[in-house]
Amino acid sequence: MDRRPAAPQKRRSGEIARRRLKFLLTADETGFPPETLEMLRDDICRTVSKYMEVDSAQIEMRVRNGLMPALYTVIPIKSPLVRGTM
Amino acid sequence: MSEVIVITSGKGGVGKTTTSANIGTGLAILGKRTVMIDTDIGLRNLDVVMGLENRIVYNLVDVVEGNCRMKQALIRDKRYPNLYLLPSAQTRDKSAVNPEQMIKLIDDLQEEFDYILLDCPAGIEQGFRNAVAGAGRALVVITPEVSAIRDADRIIGLLENGEMQSIHLIINRVRADMVRRGDMMSVDDVMDILAVPLLGAVPEDEAIVISTNQGEPLAGTDTPAGQAYLDICRRLLGEDVPLSLPNVSYGLLGRLAGFLRRA
Repeated sequence: MDRRPAAPQKRRSGEIARRRLKFLLTADETGFPPETLEMLRDDICRTVSKYMEVDSAQIEMRVRNGLMPALYTVIPIKSPLVRGTM
Repeated sequence: MSEVIVITSGKGGVGKTTTSANIGTGLAILGKRTVMIDTDIGLRNLDVVMGLENRIVYNLVDVVEGNCRMKQALIRDKRYPNLYLLPSAQTRDKSAVNPEQMIKLIDDLQEEFDYILLDCPAGIEQGFRNAVAGAGRALVVITPEVSAIRDADRIIGLLENGEMQSIHLIINRVRADMVRRGDMMSVDDVMDILAVPLLGAVPEDEAIVISTNQGEPLAGTDTPAGQAYLDICRRLLGEDVPLSLPNVSYGLLGRLAGFLRRA
C-alpha cells in the first residue's frame, strides 16, 4: 500500500494562503481562538443563507481598529440578486 | 542631521540583512554618506554580506562600553568610500546593550552621516527594542508567506504603539510566475492585508545568492533585484519612481500604494 502523503494541491495555493492569513490575523487581533471565529463565521453564514445563497468558503472577517474596533465581514453571494424584488 | 532607518521583520530569514546591505550600498551609490549598524549582537552577519568580515577590529559593544572610539570601530566599505559599517559583537548577547545606549550611539553618528541604517535582529525582544529605539523610520521586510506576514503584522503593531513616525513595507522574493498562476500571494493581496504603504518589491533573483557568496551587494547592478533595490533607495530619497518592474506584477493596489506613499 502506498503510504506516501499526497503532493500538496497545486491549484491556487496563493488564495488559500491569503484566506488562512486573514483568519489568523483576525484571531491574533481579537484574541479569540480560531475555533470561536469559525463558529462566528458559521453562524453569520447560516443567518444570511436564509435570505440569499452565499459562498461560505469565501467569507472573510477582519477586525479594524478605528475610534472603536469593528468587525468587518465580506460575504460573497453565489446567485445574483433578482432585480425588482427589493 | 541624518535620517535613522531601522530594517526589521519579526520573522527571521526573510532578507533583513540582505536588504540592509543593498539599501546601504544603493544610498552610497546615490551619493549619500551612509552608515550601516548591525544590531544583531551575538549573531553578526551584515559584515559577511558586505564582504568586510576580515576588517573587523572593534565592534558596537566596544563603542558602547568605551573600549574604543567610534572612528576606530567604523569600517569603510571596499567599493564606496562614503559607506561605513559598524559591526556587531559575535561573542556577546543582546543584554550587552540597552535602548538608551543605542540612542546615544546614534546621536554620535548624526553629524557625520546622511543616513543611519539599523539592521534589526529577528524577534520582538530586547534586540528589537534596541534596534528601533533611535530610529525615526522603519522598513518592514516580508516575503509573501503566511508566517512572515503574520509576524510583520505584529511588528507593525509594536512600531505603531512605539510611535514610529513612518513605516513602510518591502516585499522580498516575489516570484511573478507563481503569482500569475495563483500560487503566491500578490503584492495587492499583501497590501490589502497589512494596510501599510509599500516602498517596493524585490523579485526573487539568483543573483542575490551569487552576490552574497561574493560579499558584494548588487544594488545598482543590471539585475532584477539590483534595480529593485536602487529604485527603493530613490524612493527613500523622495524621488517618484514608479512601481513597475518587469519581473513583479504589482496590480492596481500596489501602484496606488506607491502613489500614496509620501502623501
